[in-house]
Amino acid sequence: MTAVEPTDRPGPGTGTDAEGDAADGSGNRHYGFPAPLFRALGRIPVPPPADPRTWRSPLRGRWLTSVLGLVLLVGLPVVILTGLLSYIAYGPQFGQAIPGDVGYLRLPPFDWPTSPSWLYRLTQGLHVGLGLVLVPVILTKLWSVVPKLFAWPPVRSLAQLLERISLLALVGGILFELVTGIMNIQYDYSFGFDFYTAHYWGAWVFIAGFLAHVAIKLPTMVRALRTGAPGRWLHDTTAETVPEPPDDEPGHSLVAVSPSPPTMSRRTLIGAVAGGSALVGVLTIGTTVDALRPLAFLSPRGRSYGTGPSDFQVNRTAFAAGVGPGIGDGYALALRGGPAGEVRLDRAALGALPQHTATLPIACVEGWSVTRTWTGVRLRDLAALAGVPAPATAFVQSLERAGPFARVTLQGNQVLDPDALLALRVGEDAGAMADLSLDHGFPARVIVPALPGVHNTKWVGAIDFRSA
Amino acid sequence: MGRFRRFYGEHPLHLLALLGCFALAGAAVLALVPDPSAVTILIWFAAAVIGHDLVLYPLYALADRSLVLTRWVRRRVSSRAVLVPATNHVRLPAIGAALVGLIWLPTISGNGAPVLFFAAGLPPTVDYVSRWLLLTAALFLASAVVYAVRLGRAAVRERSSRP
Repeated sequence: MTAVEPTDRPGPGTGTDAEGDAADGSGNRHYGFPAPLFRALGRIPVPPPADPRTWRSPLRGRWLTSVLGLVLLVGLPVVILTGLLSYIAYGPQFGQAIPGDVGYLRLPPFDWPTSPSWLYRLTQGLHVGLGLVLVPVILTKLWSVVPKLFAWPPVRSLAQLLERISLLALVGGILFELVTGIMNIQYDYSFGFDFYTAHYWGAWVFIAGFLAHVAIKLPTMVRALRTGAPGRWLHDTTAETVPEPPDDEPGHSLVAVSPSPPTMSRRTLIGAVAGGSALVGVLTIGTTVDALRPLAFLSPRGRSYGTGPSDFQVNRTAFAAGVGPGIGDGYALALRGGPAGEVRLDRAALGALPQHTATLPIACVEGWSVTRTWTGVRLRDLAALAGVPAPATAFVQSLERAGPFARVTLQGNQVLDPDALLALRVGEDAGAMADLSLDHGFPARVIVPALPGVHNTKWVGAIDFRSA
Repeated sequence: MGRFRRFYGEHPLHLLALLGCFALAGAAVLALVPDPSAVTILIWFAAAVIGHDLVLYPLYALADRSLVLTRWVRRRVSSRAVLVPATNHVRLPAIGAALVGLIWLPTISGNGAPVLFFAAGLPPTVDYVSRWLLLTAALFLASAVVYAVRLGRAAVRERSSRP
């Protein structure tokens, strides 16, 4: 087992003669074009970590990597799809998804639905929450295959050369997505570039690497998991733990050629990974289940804004938006687009219109979400009042002067949904109601079922209903 | 087919999958190129790989090797049999604390605090370092309790197995 390849015996002076030639003879079929080059490379004695004896863990092997791979094969597509769905939810048809022009590199466009109202809460909660929970699995998966990174010779065929380049898209892609995503949800923008743009294109690089990796390695994974009884390596105690049988990739094998005595069993390792994921999950769940918010004690979004109806997360304060406490003085909402011209309603007039109450979640792209009870005027009532009873879109403008989300275009279904409101008051579930606080958008804000949080415009100054 | 395999080293479908990969990844990179911060993004992409493979991984591997070395030394200096190995009772809480510290580093280090204060109105009044240290202490405490229980049970078993 150890004498198959010359790299297993990199001792000076030996290895290149009788032993090396024998090894070349048996391993020749593993070299593609140009074989002499790869063979010559393989003859060079290399120090650790290129020496395969560097890798000592008796746990590494195809079965372990395949178990971790299977978890990621199920989990990562969910993270990818929910991420791409979030792009659609931002309304790319109105040019308000970032990055703006992505060509065909997006899901087929469709009008983001308003039902179920928790749709964006679910998709984005999964994107961020599952992404975080998979971090221990991803790190362990990388640990399990790290000998391949340093294998010598680095490639044995053109096929392997190309495959290793594609792994840069896979590994670089997932690490880049994790780093940017994790920094973004914690407001660390030290990378200095636009998060959305980088995270979006990084995702496509990762998707490219991921699809190719699954296509190439799926048969290997299935074979490794089917070898012997399912879970055959799970019952071993630490003392019984032995390396897996060597696989057929000489020099690029995962199985240690000179293993250390085991210090943990495979089931302990897998249990530890599951425990790590559970720990991350416990520390994250509080950002989306309000009753468990204290558990998110390391997350910025685990914090409280005091007590009462206004105690939920603020994405952009009035101060940051340049909105002063005097905004309510002389406030009048402008409704435009109708045949009779602009209709203006002050806050008293808004309060005198038929009020509707809906319990709706507000869910942020950063993964946090919270359910509140909102009271206000239905957007469709306002559309009718403006003289456009069946608008195709509505263009909502905030009194906030600048800022990327000071205005938004809503789809027709988002205006006409019976629960889509221009909210004036907010309350906890079955709790006391109060006027919106200044930070939550006083005098009036939009709240639409399943709309990404940041598109629920605050400090609404004007709504332009458009027929087509 | 045989000649292709000998030349390329794998089935033609392998090449097809990789060409598809390069086309898709290349399209994404080309779409990014006009962005003024494209170079910074590519640098961060490369840094993510280097940071994991050549910094983070060697660091934790060396840290772990030192733990295994401790175990080896313990077995050399004392002939008393190890009732319950302690290695994993140090290793696992340490990994847990490192994992949490890594994921919540932007918050614990305070890197995100200024923007959070400005955008979300949450002042930097929370001592996240203490919170993380408390969590670390809790993980080690839990591990120590489990270790004590295992040690006690092993001692009982050993005593009862004696004649």
